[in-house]
Amino acid sequence: MIDLIYFSWIRERIGKSNESIETRAETVIELIEELKKKDVRYSEVFSDLGSFRVAINQELTNFDASITEAKEIAFFPPMTGG
Amino acid sequence: MHISIQNELFDFSKEVEKFNSKLDNIGALVTFTGIVRGQKSKTLDYMLIEHYPGMTEAQIKLIVEETFKRWKICDALVIHRYGKLEPGEPIMMVATASQHRKEAFEAAEYLMDYLKSRAPFWKKEVLNGQENWVKAASGDEAALRRW
Repeated sequence: MIDLIYFSWIRERIGKSNESIETRAETVIELIEELKKKDVRYSEVFSDLGSFRVAINQELTNFDASITEAKEIAFFPPMTGG
Repeated sequence: MHISIQNELFDFSKEVEKFNSKLDNIGALVTFTGIVRGQKSKTLDYMLIEHYPGMTEAQIKLIVEETFKRWKICDALVIHRYGKLEPGEPIMMVATASQHRKEAFEAAEYLMDYLKSRAPFWKKEVLNGQENWVKAASGDEAALRRW
């Protein structure tokens, strides 16, 4: 099981802040493709790869990264700290 | 190194005094404080800041450690708030101390550039019941490339 966590407008548009999933996806991009098939909310949120970022186990990474060791994957828009 | 991620309001002048009181033999102390806009113009009712507990602390620690590697600074302070913030309130502050001003200024700027687009915070502005997520500025990413 992998915990998916959503922040900001991604959380609002998906309608939940987190969920646990079983997946056969091996990379982030494969996981995104899988989620997009699940429901229109996911396909809308993840339609533009340039509009969001991903972190695996709380570390910022890229869409080609392997998720085989992932316990927690977070999706969020570009950060606006400071 | 002092890092605090908190909801509570802070008094930046007291924080600077506290930071300075623990230092010895420094020649320069630079501070930056980010403030919620709109206190007089009423262009904002309040701001909501969301963050990623766990990753926020880890990510800021990495940024501060990198700052220590790049500049000869004696100490650094980062305070960043989350939750509901009113116009005029401080959002965050950084302070850097060094022997000479150049290091302290550059280190503070580097910290700010990285906190802006690498620390997992998301700001939402609320005005007359309308909520808007603040978009990252196109220059934010570019700002990282100069370092």
